[in-house]
Amino acid sequence: MKFSKLAKVAVVATVSVALVVPTLTSATAASKFATATSASQAGGIAGLAAECKKEGQLNVIALPHYWANYGDMIEGFKKKYGVKVDEADPEGSSQDEIDAANRLKGTNRSPDVFDIGLAVAAKYLGTGTFAPYKVRNWQNNLGSAEVPSAEYTPNYTGTMTIGYDGSLGTITKLDDLMKPVFKGKVTINGDPQGSSAGLNSIFMVNLALGGTLDDISPAVAWFKKLKAVGNYINVNPTQATIASGQTPVVMDNGYISAGIAKEFAKAGKTWKMFTPASLGSTYNSAISAWAPHPACARLWMEYTLGEEGAGIWAVGGATPTLWIWMVKTKRAPAAGLAAIGKSKVAPLKATSDQSTKAREYLKTAWAAAVGTN
Amino acid sequence: MKPTWKVKLWRYTIIGIVGFYLLLPLYSMMDFSTKPFAFFQKGRTLDAWKVIPSQPDLAIAVFRSLITAVIVMFLILVLIVPTVVWVHLKLPKLKRLVELICLIPLAIPAIVIVVGIAPLYRWISINITESPISLSLVYSMLILPYTYRALSAALDAADIHTLAEAARTLGASTTRMMAGVIMPTLRTGILNGSFIAIALVLGEFTISNLLNYKTFQVVIAQIGRTSGNVAVAVSLASILFVLILLLAIPQKKRQKEVLDVDVA
Amino acid sequence: MASTQYQGTGTTTGGAGSRYWRKRSAYLGVVPFFIFTGIFLIYPTYSVITGAFRNEAGEFDTAKIDELLASPIVRKAFYNSLEISFKTAVLGAILGGLFAWALVSGKPGGRFYKITVAISSVLAQFGGVMLTFAFLATFGFNGVVSSIFVKLAPDSFLAQSSWLYTINGLAVVYTFFQIPLMVLVFLPTIENMKPQWREASDSLGGSPLEYWRSVGIPVLTPSFFGAMLLLFVNSFSAYATAATLVNLSDFLTPLQIGNALSSEVGNANPQTAKALSLAMVIVVIIVMALYAQIRRRVSRWESAR
Repeated sequence: MKFSKLAKVAVVATVSVALVVPTLTSATAASKFATATSASQAGGIAGLAAECKKEGQLNVIALPHYWANYGDMIEGFKKKYGVKVDEADPEGSSQDEIDAANRLKGTNRSPDVFDIGLAVAAKYLGTGTFAPYKVRNWQNNLGSAEVPSAEYTPNYTGTMTIGYDGSLGTITKLDDLMKPVFKGKVTINGDPQGSSAGLNSIFMVNLALGGTLDDISPAVAWFKKLKAVGNYINVNPTQATIASGQTPVVMDNGYISAGIAKEFAKAGKTWKMFTPASLGSTYNSAISAWAPHPACARLWMEYTLGEEGAGIWAVGGATPTLWIWMVKTKRAPAAGLAAIGKSKVAPLKATSDQSTKAREYLKTAWAAAVGTN
Repeated sequence: MKPTWKVKLWRYTIIGIVGFYLLLPLYSMMDFSTKPFAFFQKGRTLDAWKVIPSQPDLAIAVFRSLITAVIVMFLILVLIVPTVVWVHLKLPKLKRLVELICLIPLAIPAIVIVVGIAPLYRWISINITESPISLSLVYSMLILPYTYRALSAALDAADIHTLAEAARTLGASTTRMMAGVIMPTLRTGILNGSFIAIALVLGEFTISNLLNYKTFQVVIAQIGRTSGNVAVAVSLASILFVLILLLAIPQKKRQKEVLDVDVA
Repeated sequence: MASTQYQGTGTTTGGAGSRYWRKRSAYLGVVPFFIFTGIFLIYPTYSVITGAFRNEAGEFDTAKIDELLASPIVRKAFYNSLEISFKTAVLGAILGGLFAWALVSGKPGGRFYKITVAISSVLAQFGGVMLTFAFLATFGFNGVVSSIFVKLAPDSFLAQSSWLYTINGLAVVYTFFQIPLMVLVFLPTIENMKPQWREASDSLGGSPLEYWRSVGIPVLTPSFFGAMLLLFVNSFSAYATAATLVNLSDFLTPLQIGNALSSEVGNANPQTAKALSLAMVIVVIIVMALYAQIRRRVSRWESAR
């Protein structure tokens, strides 16, 4: 078991080579691109594209391929601008994205861009986490005026829905879920204390029961009943559990359900959706203040928040904030219209105060309602 | 001493029950990953498995993870083993302290360990290297609990004091004693420790994912994103890969009598 | 060389050849270890633990800790974690210990031995998403076992998967990586049991039971409990498996920590995570103290032998 001296030297040599080879390339971004607040300050789209090509890479985080068609979005960006896209932590939450940026500050692996929920975006507004940037279509984006500093820009909205395996029947009203055919089958995507999809599911049920977003006790009582009859289970729905039939009923964003429906269609099965009440949530795009690839980050914003990106999101079942303008000016692509229609009515959204109040209530009420033994 | 039939029966029963319990989920994974997932397929298919070889990042990630494993084993041999032996032999008062230190990596969930070591790794990334191989430093801390326990157990049962004294009486230098007398006693402990180290380096996900290093498991998880069947297939593939790797390590035939010295 | 045999001699006052320095110089041997662990283990742990005592402004503040101590949800999660850790530690230790014995009493150095050690190494690290998949593929909907039971005994608990999401179900899942871990850390001990002891006992007329009672078990007990302690701590801090399987962040303490670190809806509170981690470290210290007590009793037994 003795390591001979030669072996020791060989190991040290290999290690030194292996360490040096993938060492960081010097990340001296031209400062003009790191502080540009609009494309005109960076030489227009062409200027950004040229600099991005030199940077060679974009770091994205927490963008699952099945989420609002991000798979196609990333591929489209790669092909159009000829750069690599490094994808980190696909199952991460919005908070994870900011945490990763802080953790990796100053390195080449730090995320360049974020796609975050409103709660997290509002939390970090004005803290120097985001680099303000107005995309070309900024004034046409629904809701961007609410953030005049353009530290983050609303990008797409989704409506919560109940997606379910078509072979279980058809749901016409909320209480259909109490039927025995759904025993052990109903889930929500994520714990509501941690996941916005989970929290929004509760809001949606509350609205469907006739309540308001200020008091979610009716919805929690409803879930308690659902658990008591054995239909609600505390399982985390993932692609694998849905594919295997473990979690055939999932309350989640509409664009996720749309993705599942596509997968099911490939396998010859149907995935239906039922929306008892219209509750939406809007996500937001932002650039990290210490993005290692600032030109690519800005280029990504222009791409996703522009017409091309809007078309891709639409096909994925999400309603881009640019959509109403695109429909009005007749620029909406046919594939997108087929997927989400004209979406003129914006769904009801919870304010951050309502979310905070709901969270406080859930701290004690949720475990009491659906906790296990 | 021939084992009686009673002993043999016990042996086979235990191996049967535990072995079945451990192998059943693996078999189920194989079953799930070969299920048809497109409607035009009937019966079993290897489609989910065919996705794996086409991934370009995989080879680089495997290479890097293997080098990391080598460094970790080096650190075990050079730092941990001598320290454990030294403490057992000369500094018994420190035993409890060292044991506690070696338990701490297990006490804290990996997601919290990342919170603690992130500043360190930021510094390393900016000033030394961004390569995932730097993870070997924190990994060698993560295997401390297992390696310490394996070595300590071997040392406890092997009556190291008598061996050391005997060696010294016969005129061996400290180095000779360590290398020639004590290490062979620890052979199983070190080997098991190395196996765990390799399995940990190639199996660790949480820390490398949160620090955004592209290690073997991180790349595997990315491949698995396409569909449930592929995810299960690549997980099983990674298990089999590590298994074959470990089995390929040459191992001298284990001797039942380590030392024929009557020291009782 | 000769000097190492006479550790007790030398001048008592300071000076290069003195007893004082010869005793202290032994500590030099562990300095590299302490430096290395100091940087990569102690300091990170220290920064996490002191973070538990700070509020968001960075000032010393025990408010978060008080709040958590008073919360029944936190306490329930803690009891759940302790319960599951205890059960899986005992179960894993017994089954793993027996398996290790069965392995060693067979052919030495055989292929079966090598394969088992390799598989154990891999499975001991096998957790999180993979493990969840594996168990869902076995016991979940359309799983290998549940499909069989749906046909044979449709009313039994094995025909559905809801039992997996209870404490006992999760314990069964955790035991999957506890058993291989036990085998790996316990194997060296069993291997070091010399056959001469058994032969001596037999030749003196002792039955197998007497051998185990007077020789086997006393030798194995310290390492057995040490390994069980390891299993307990391992299970206590396991996060990824429960996070993937169960959708309830209040179920176990590591899940609460995970939620405190990455909550999407604004629940993220790093102080909570650090305070909970502090609690976990304290539990480990307490269990270690218990273990030390057991060891002391056992070594009295050992030396009286």
